[in-house]
Amino acid sequence: MIKEDIIKRLPYQAPFLFVDGIDAISENGITGHYRFKEDESFYEGHFKDHPITPGVILTECMAQIGLVCLGIFLLKDELSEVRKPQIALTSHQMDFYLPVLPNEKVTVISEKEVFRFNKLKCKVKMLNEKGELVCRGTISGMIKV
Amino acid sequence: MTNDELITKLKAIIAPYVQDEKAFENLTEDTDFINDLKVNSANLVDIILDIEDEFSIRLENEDMEKMLDVKAAMLIINTKLKT
Repeated sequence: MIKEDIIKRLPYQAPFLFVDGIDAISENGITGHYRFKEDESFYEGHFKDHPITPGVILTECMAQIGLVCLGIFLLKDELSEVRKPQIALTSHQMDFYLPVLPNEKVTVISEKEVFRFNKLKCKVKMLNEKGELVCRGTISGMIKV
Repeated sequence: MTNDELITKLKAIIAPYVQDEKAFENLTEDTDFINDLKVNSANLVDIILDIEDEFSIRLENEDMEKMLDVKAAMLIINTKLKT
């Protein structure tokens, strides 16, 4: 499965798709990236006259790249046009270190901890363009065909 | 291991994932993980992984599918421990 196929199979679209590309992927983990556009809808309200990417959106970006893209890769042999992945976020624990401003590009690095009985749990971190740690934590979800 | 010892061990494993505390206090062999204790599907996987560690056994998909209540969990653990 090529990296573009994985993104095509994602069940998201604008304005809630937070994956631009996948840089590396294996059975054990994934690295991907996303650039937050200046006109993302949430910047209007978070915060008033002071746009900063919400932590929940950073977490969503990490889940889309770190869990869902990786999960689609892990299930690749079972997927087809009619057999689509069913996904649900089940828990996350996240620590935040730096803000992400409009137009910043982030890189998400995810390492698989467990993938059994349809539950995928990963250690995920996000870096900014300078390579500084933005946030890190653990995300779990259920993913099956 | 007696059934009481097994239930005690199981209760310790299940405790962190329970949503319905009252059902947990009144836990019997007939208690259902999802319907009674309101455990979610991801935490049911956690319980199964913790059971594997506690009893040093390996559970398969078919065991997971059967492990819906305390009684079924006890039966599966006892069977695995004998083999």
